[in-house]
Amino acid sequence: MIATIISWLAVVLLLIASSGLLLSRDWHWDIGFLAAQYVGVFWLVAQHWPLGMAAAKLVTGWMATAALGMTLSNISTLKEPAEQFWPQGRVFRLFMVGMVAVLTASATPHIETSVPGIGLPVIAGAVLLIGTGLLHLATDSHLERVVIGLLTVMAGFEIIYAALEGSILVAALLSVVNLGLGLVGAYLLISAAPQEKSA
Amino acid sequence: MSAPLLWVIAPIVIGGLTFLIRRARTLTIVGGVTSLLLAGIGFIVPIDEALRLGPVSLKIASSAFLLGRSLVLNPSNTPLLVILYGMCTLWFFGAEAAGVAHRLVSFGLIITGLLVASIAVQPFLFAGLLIEIAVLVSIPMISPSNQTPGRGVVRFLIYQTLGMPFILFAGWLLAGVEASPGDLALTIQSTAMLGLGFAFLLAVFPLYNWIPQLMEESSPYVVGFLLWLLPTIASIYGMGFLDRYAWLRTSPELLAGLRITGLLMVVTGGLWAAFQRHTGRLMAYTAIAETGFILIALSLAPAKSTDITFLLIPARGLSIAIWALSLSILKFEPNDKPLSFATMQGLARVYPLASAGLILAALSTAGFPLLAGFPPRLALWEGLAQQSLGMAIWFLIGLLGLLTGAVRMLAVLVMNKEETAWISKETWTQRGMLGVGLIGLFILGLFPQVLRPILEKLPLIFQHLGR
Repeated sequence: MIATIISWLAVVLLLIASSGLLLSRDWHWDIGFLAAQYVGVFWLVAQHWPLGMAAAKLVTGWMATAALGMTLSNISTLKEPAEQFWPQGRVFRLFMVGMVAVLTASATPHIETSVPGIGLPVIAGAVLLIGTGLLHLATDSHLERVVIGLLTVMAGFEIIYAALEGSILVAALLSVVNLGLGLVGAYLLISAAPQEKSA
Repeated sequence: MSAPLLWVIAPIVIGGLTFLIRRARTLTIVGGVTSLLLAGIGFIVPIDEALRLGPVSLKIASSAFLLGRSLVLNPSNTPLLVILYGMCTLWFFGAEAAGVAHRLVSFGLIITGLLVASIAVQPFLFAGLLIEIAVLVSIPMISPSNQTPGRGVVRFLIYQTLGMPFILFAGWLLAGVEASPGDLALTIQSTAMLGLGFAFLLAVFPLYNWIPQLMEESSPYVVGFLLWLLPTIASIYGMGFLDRYAWLRTSPELLAGLRITGLLMVVTGGLWAAFQRHTGRLMAYTAIAETGFILIALSLAPAKSTDITFLLIPARGLSIAIWALSLSILKFEPNDKPLSFATMQGLARVYPLASAGLILAALSTAGFPLLAGFPPRLALWEGLAQQSLGMAIWFLIGLLGLLTGAVRMLAVLVMNKEETAWISKETWTQRGMLGVGLIGLFILGLFPQVLRPILEKLPLIFQHLGR
């Protein structure tokens, strides 16, 4: 019972973190939200995986976050330009997060019926992250946002896949993919930095 | 010694070590010789059989264990390994001529090792993860650190990354379908997931917009290497699904879907190629059409599909390699819009061999007689005509589009305002590599049976497909 309540709290944490990632335009907040997001991911993954394997996911996620954070701390000399028109503004993104939350609430019971045994909080957390991650990718083309979007989609996928597949090799390869995404993101951000500075 | 150690770990380790090499010539030789050795060992030394060399007995075991799972390269995999590493030899030896040895050889060896691992991993569903890791490794290769990453790179990363979860989910759902074959909803869900996953992975219509963008932004040779290797491995991975699940390979709806999607790629690729004014983008649309050919081949009658698919692979690899090398050579010509038709006029008089490479590779892709692309296109067209005459006509339209693109490029390359003398600015290395490639194009076109000893064994990697 307590575990279920904590799982739902983890879903709330994921909702706050993923919404924060979408709404925030400051990289300091982004890194904080991303790190918090992986705490929620850890708890939901731990529902099906041993604590050690779930902790590996948390550590990898934080390492990817740290790679992005260290890169951004070195290159962010300019703030992202404010978006001028409504469909990309903060209100629009908040509305879209609401849509994803509604979609998650409606889809979760159906998925639970199709794939029983995963658990409602796990499905809700996964769908929420996949939805907000895709929203990131669909509404923003900044490199930093794209990488955060991909990491978010991957985190959502990993939550649900952990319930389906418990292989150590899969856990290791998914960790490599996560870390790789963080490092590739950092590399691309560094490559893009000179132009951003001169812009 | 085990086969995965030799064909997976060794190239990855050597690829990592080559980052320490500074000289492009040395790097090219190390990469080329490594690939040649790996191809040669695959050709000569049998897997799982003792080979006696005087007093020494050598045996390559087929499997190795990794984190509780196994990597298995059976004796039936050796023809594929020979083709993959044989083609890599060509690509790596050409890297210096293309001026990208530092980027291609090291990353190329690692990527090839990872993609061979994706063929070897058991259960084969996990291959999607290894393909994704290979994609991540390829990012620094296609986007050097001194260049701002363009949209093509970012889209490539997004699309390839999104493909992996779909395939892994599909794999899990397919296991459910196997357990309860009558569950129609589960069957539809798994097929849709699988379709979406491979649509992202193979850059199927309309998810291929990153390819032309990447060709404009990055080195044509490096992108060409990826456009050859990734779809080849992804196709074999896809064939693995067809081989594993009987209901998939016998599903008329799935085969019709593959055929229509492939045809859509051939027709759209051909039509876009016909109207391009940038040779890099032209090559991109040709590569898109090439993937379409593979999809059509997979949709044909089971007895034919595997043979035609494998017949397409060497011709495709050679055409893309020559095209990419020629473009890389022509890109050195200093002008403000490299590779656009406006700045390439008359280059045939200055770079005759590179221009010939460009034209012949384009004609080969369009299925021009005497060239490598002709025999597989003919077999494909015949197979398609047996299914539907209308589709055969659309296939012809796609080929005509590709041919138009090639003829337009020929016209641009040979047109010149003033009568200028013929010279050759290519270096001897470039001439040598292009010469070998062009001879190969003609040999595969005139005598396609030369690859028969390898190609006839390739379908053995599958248990059911092509039987």
